[in-house]
Amino acid sequence: MIHPDRITSTTCPYCGVGCNLELHVKDDFIYSVTSPFDAVVNQGNLCVKGRFGYDFIYSPQRVTTPMLRKSLQKPGMRTAAFDLNEWRQVSWDVALDYTADRLVEIYQRDGSDALAVYCCAKATNEDNYLLQKMFRALFRSNNVDHCTRLCHAGSVVALLKSLGSSAMSNTASEVIHSDCFIVTGSNTTENHPIIALQMKAAVRKHGARLIVIDPRRIELCDYATLWLPLKPGTNVAVFAAMAHVIIKEGLVNRDFVAARTFGYEEFARSIEKFTPEYAEMVSGVDRNLIVEAARMYARAERGAIYWGMGISQLSQGTASALGLIHLALLTGHIGRKGTGLNPLRGQNNVQGASDAGAMPFHYPGYMEVDNEANARAWEAAWNVEPGGLSRKRGLTTTEILSHAHPGGVRALYIMGENPMMTEPNLNLTRQHMQELEFLVAQDIFINESGAFADVFLPATSWAEKEGTFTNTDRRVQRVRPAIAPRGESRPDWQIICDLARRIERRLGRPNSAGWDYTSPEQVFREMANTATMLKGVTYARIEKVGLQYPVPDENHPGTPFLFSENFPSGRGRFFTVEYIPVAEPPDDEYPLILTTGRLLEHWHGGSMTRNSLLDELYPEAQLELHEVDAAHFGIQDGSPVRVYSRRGSVVVRARISPKANPGVVFLPMHFAEAAANLLTIDVLDKEAKIPEFKACAVGVQIAQEEELHNPAVRTERGRY
Amino acid sequence: MEDSQPRMIHLVIDGQPVDVNEGATLLDAARQAGKEVPTICYHDHCTANGLCRMCVVEVEGARLLSPACVAQAAEGMTVHTRTARVERSRRTILEMLASSVDLSDAPEIQGLMALYSADAQRFPDASRRSHPVIDDNPMYIRDYSKCVLCWRCVQVCAEDAQYTFALNFSKRGYETSIATFYDKGMMETSCVFCGQCVGVCPTGALKPKRQWLLETGMGAEDVLSQTRSKARRKRRSEHTPGND
Repeated sequence: MIHPDRITSTTCPYCGVGCNLELHVKDDFIYSVTSPFDAVVNQGNLCVKGRFGYDFIYSPQRVTTPMLRKSLQKPGMRTAAFDLNEWRQVSWDVALDYTADRLVEIYQRDGSDALAVYCCAKATNEDNYLLQKMFRALFRSNNVDHCTRLCHAGSVVALLKSLGSSAMSNTASEVIHSDCFIVTGSNTTENHPIIALQMKAAVRKHGARLIVIDPRRIELCDYATLWLPLKPGTNVAVFAAMAHVIIKEGLVNRDFVAARTFGYEEFARSIEKFTPEYAEMVSGVDRNLIVEAARMYARAERGAIYWGMGISQLSQGTASALGLIHLALLTGHIGRKGTGLNPLRGQNNVQGASDAGAMPFHYPGYMEVDNEANARAWEAAWNVEPGGLSRKRGLTTTEILSHAHPGGVRALYIMGENPMMTEPNLNLTRQHMQELEFLVAQDIFINESGAFADVFLPATSWAEKEGTFTNTDRRVQRVRPAIAPRGESRPDWQIICDLARRIERRLGRPNSAGWDYTSPEQVFREMANTATMLKGVTYARIEKVGLQYPVPDENHPGTPFLFSENFPSGRGRFFTVEYIPVAEPPDDEYPLILTTGRLLEHWHGGSMTRNSLLDELYPEAQLELHEVDAAHFGIQDGSPVRVYSRRGSVVVRARISPKANPGVVFLPMHFAEAAANLLTIDVLDKEAKIPEFKACAVGVQIAQEEELHNPAVRTERGRY
Repeated sequence: MEDSQPRMIHLVIDGQPVDVNEGATLLDAARQAGKEVPTICYHDHCTANGLCRMCVVEVEGARLLSPACVAQAAEGMTVHTRTARVERSRRTILEMLASSVDLSDAPEIQGLMALYSADAQRFPDASRRSHPVIDDNPMYIRDYSKCVLCWRCVQVCAEDAQYTFALNFSKRGYETSIATFYDKGMMETSCVFCGQCVGVCPTGALKPKRQWLLETGMGAEDVLSQTRSKARRKRRSEHTPGND
């Protein structure tokens, strides 16, 4: 038996559930991960990533020394360097001085608009707060964003527009108090595994009825009363038809609509044409299923809606999310326990990074940058002269790279993110990366994006630093170091402060914005003093159990569910509905719809999980397709296929899957050697600027074994 | 789902009156009264099945000892948690377990053995249940020589948590063991490798593979190289997205 030197309580670095972990450490080696059974978020349960997927921190691929590229990279000719021989190991002083010199040079030559930063939904609230502070207070730029843009931007915009708040309205575990809930555009068992356990329990132990609305026959369909298998991108029509049925059958909660909403009459007129028959024609979903689903949800005592990226990652992402909001407003299924509108946030700290101001339109606390009072408040907090901060909304993640050209963005700072895997249309993204004049990567690995950088700043992993993560249901939880930083790596917050001091000196600013923190706790305090929704959160109060914001003062117990009395916008607003099809419908040449997503065993761009033993469980990308399509194209299960779109192609093995629907194929996004985003389309939702990852037209053709990246690799699991 | 007021039950445990909600078990009642009742198979977050019988108590008027984890409190009951009969029963259970199972990784059971003065050698002729360690997946090992058949792993794999149903029982009586269906390797089952089973195992029969290797005396570096993905990836530069 081993007796641990210490057991460190912390928060899982993978998904937005925010499971509580206990890391068992012996001689600086984490040999086991457990979870306390009284953990409010996950009750002792974990998924494979949380329990076994931490070993990336010990990967031999990890970089723990600051490095500069040996050859000078010129705009337009920037290359990717994965090989350490193309890098020169340097001291922190050299790396940070060089970074400060180049950033300041570009800033002084081209101004604020020439600089941009990708913050990181994996990093802590404190890390993100400091990085946006550096770009706002020193470079006076709002070109600050992170991967929330690629994930729930559609949901965030819709919720802000209609209700004035973008977070999950309820606590995830409240699902056991719902008697009917809708899961749509979310493969919850793979992407939020612990919330899925609670959903299964809600059905099996508490008698709730589940309605799944999804183009794939996901595992939750086994627990569902109804499954509406819609074509990707037809959400708006299906949700509007459900609203149509609710109105026509007199199932509207009249009191709620009268007391808490506005815009109903116009909305009702606009959905007149969305009959179940029309929606069936558009979406392929049987009209009777639509009618039944509408009745079931509307007649529930406590109906709730949970959704994922199948709603937001569309050129109609905002409209799709609004469709769900409308259903909740019509029926009054919001503002009570067990009801609500719940966008399941992907990353461990995507909620927190957004809260901390890693957004181009908002300071920390969702304070809009183009509001004078907000700007004044942060100028005071950061010792910036009045009028000093930019009032101009910045560029979004998707716009930052497309503006990488002379006269546009010249320098990009990437903390932890990997756009070369996670942006749509990677061939184009690659051209944009090449156009940059200066690129900084702050990470633990040289990932597909960091390979293009001039400077590599080695950060610590989550297990080596302190701070807080905010999970999907707005709970601010502690992150604690279990082991010492590997090599020369440093916690992100320290790297940023050190760099910011060097930049500030070069700029010769009369007042310092303040970078001499002694702990992340001080950073959090500074943020929470002005971002008032966090004001009552202190490290001491969340020592054992996290608090759910808003927490306006130190005696406030936190807010498990929102909107019980009113909405931040006053009344919930209805919008008129128009259905616009996906940007690229299938045709003769590209006859199938490709939808992309994630797998239980992997995480996003793969920096973590592909450097982990998790890769052993699912080592290759596979194209999931229906047997009818397979027969049509003469494809056998397991045979290599080329999947091609107008933008690129990949070769992978085919898997004939009962999850697939005819006409729709699925590729996971995690595999660099067969990157799904080479195929996806870079068309954006007009308001939210989120790309249409969930639908583009592709073709498939039989390929040869030797065209596979590695023919020897096979996923042999009973489960798949 | 409605919170109607539950009926109160009045009983006496070791001479002390206790009021509990209707539906409470004798274990709940004993804990409420501050009485220590030992358990092995019972887990606060699993369905109780009364398998190990370690938690037996004596209820006046009952012919047999009652397993406290499943026996419900009833009005007017008089319960004794530490009579000689109870203690002998518990001691014998521990001695029988020790005679057939490797308890070296079960500190809680070892603690109970000491507390009840159980003699691990009482049944020297008993045959020990021995199984080779099953190392059939990258994440955890199964060492059923250490298994006391508490069911927790089967239950958390099923409705107590995961709804995955990868684990079950195999065989009967003395031959009973935890197994996969048709004894398939774990990679061929429906297992999602959540490790919930590892998390509730009380005897070290289920263990993260890295921990198991570390316990063999291997250094951290060797453990890591033994548990590193074997799927050889080509150098990443060869498959930069967009380079193809």
